[in-house]
Amino acid sequence: MALDLGIFCKSTLDGEVVDHCFSSLLGLNQNADPSYLDWLMTAWGWTLAVAGLGLTIALIVGAVVGTLRTLPDTGRGSRILVRFATAWVELFRNIPVLVQVFLWYHVIPAFIVPLKMLPSYWLVSIALGFYTSARIAEQVRAGIQSLPGGQRAAATALGLTTTQAYRYIILPMALRIVIPPLTSESMNAIKNSSVAFAVSVPELTLFAMQAQEETSHGVEIYLAVTLLYALSAFGVNRVMALIEKRSRIPGFISPSNDAVAH
Amino acid sequence: MKMKQISRIFALTALVAISGTAVAASATMDKIKSSGAVTMGVRESSIPMSYTTGDSRFDGYHVEVCRMILGDIKDKLGMSTLRINYQPVTSQNRVPLVQNGTVDIECGTTTNNAGRAKDVGFANTLYVEEVRIAVKANSGINSISQLAGKKVATTTGTTSVQLLRKHEKANGVNFDEVYGKDHADSFLLLESGRADAFVMDGSILAGNIANAKNPKDYKIVGEVLSTEPIAIMVPKNDPEFKAAVNAAIAKIVANGKMPALWDKWFLKPIPPKNIVVGLELSPATKNAWANPNDKPAEDYVQKK
Repeated sequence: MALDLGIFCKSTLDGEVVDHCFSSLLGLNQNADPSYLDWLMTAWGWTLAVAGLGLTIALIVGAVVGTLRTLPDTGRGSRILVRFATAWVELFRNIPVLVQVFLWYHVIPAFIVPLKMLPSYWLVSIALGFYTSARIAEQVRAGIQSLPGGQRAAATALGLTTTQAYRYIILPMALRIVIPPLTSESMNAIKNSSVAFAVSVPELTLFAMQAQEETSHGVEIYLAVTLLYALSAFGVNRVMALIEKRSRIPGFISPSNDAVAH
Repeated sequence: MKMKQISRIFALTALVAISGTAVAASATMDKIKSSGAVTMGVRESSIPMSYTTGDSRFDGYHVEVCRMILGDIKDKLGMSTLRINYQPVTSQNRVPLVQNGTVDIECGTTTNNAGRAKDVGFANTLYVEEVRIAVKANSGINSISQLAGKKVATTTGTTSVQLLRKHEKANGVNFDEVYGKDHADSFLLLESGRADAFVMDGSILAGNIANAKNPKDYKIVGEVLSTEPIAIMVPKNDPEFKAAVNAAIAKIVANGKMPALWDKWFLKPIPPKNIVVGLELSPATKNAWANPNDKPAEDYVQKK
């Protein structure tokens, strides 16, 4: 079937071809009315913004919660922290992400009224961030537990406190070990950001549903959106590969230089 | 013996094929006759046009009209029974499903416009929709001009989204649009105060308000933002089927059944919860019954 890519140069208001189809992308010109291409780019921006904020929250919270789950049993305080972290993971891992988005958007603001002031962009990013944080926490825990027990014992023998042992000995190694699964999780954040359409964030999925209805060119619209999702996820993949390469200490974890993700 | 049997089967199939084409030269009607079944596309929650009453049963204004149409076609094809399969469709998949033949006749709330008419056929209009504004009764909003800078909800994948954009441009106002993923979601936005108004087809607004916890808390206000023909969708490349559908519609209208149908679905309590939609018959709809036509929405704009 023939693809009619000209649809992207048409105005979103009257369906006429706009004056500056591609040059408006580069900021050289401004269209009087936005074209579908302009809209697609804005939508892409929203997708990246939701995924970016969600992933930032997820990495920070996930690293903290994952670390807490591995705390040694040194008294009541540490036991409470371990239980809290376990509860966190089980809570956010066991509820579908779309349901969590609705909880943050419709249910929780009904009880905590100030949250109603937050734009849906923030609420959906928190939902996505907490959901992903549960998964990242498990990966961080796996990384920490994969270290030989002697590491922790040696740190204690040197007189380091628990905090110091994590800061200088355990986490630097564990976080390097879990970069490959974190790459998958970061790419998932891009893809999972599509749930934001359900709470009125004008991102790529919402664009696809609305634009295909207006233009009756579903194939072209969905192809473009698919391409941008794939491109974004691949971009994240490359950035993570770069981080993996840069942060590597030869002989520290993997003796071979070839064992870097491609 | 065997050869004889085979030749007899051949003769029989040829006969059936010939008689089939003699009655209906239409792919859809051939399919209906040979399979004894027809697939009707319906909506899950477009009260009162087309919706589920529970247990995979579907009903509504358009669904009942479609059952009458299919009854007429069944008689025309000389069939004793015709099984109707109901296939729920959404705003996103209804056109592709009619295009690829999964759905033979779609009886939902599809606007007949020139863009869609490239892909599918539309039967003569039996319902003309007016796009209106629903607000909370105590909001004090009475007109679209009062919505500048306010949060306005509408549903993703509907023509109202574009309509709002055009209105903003034409009048130099700015709405803060919020998008529900379906009509129930958009109404929830209005109910929970995340939106000050819900702009949508009048029947959908009336249906959602009737279904609300306190229908009195909401009202439909303001000018008619747009007039659109809502029509039954049929396959594009099958003019014979479309003609048969239109003939059935003409018969229903001529028999004077439409006012009673309107009463039943828009003014009286409807299943399953016995709510009353309460939408009076509009002059535009009355006009469509009197002058059968399949004009697209674009023609309605020019008329104004």
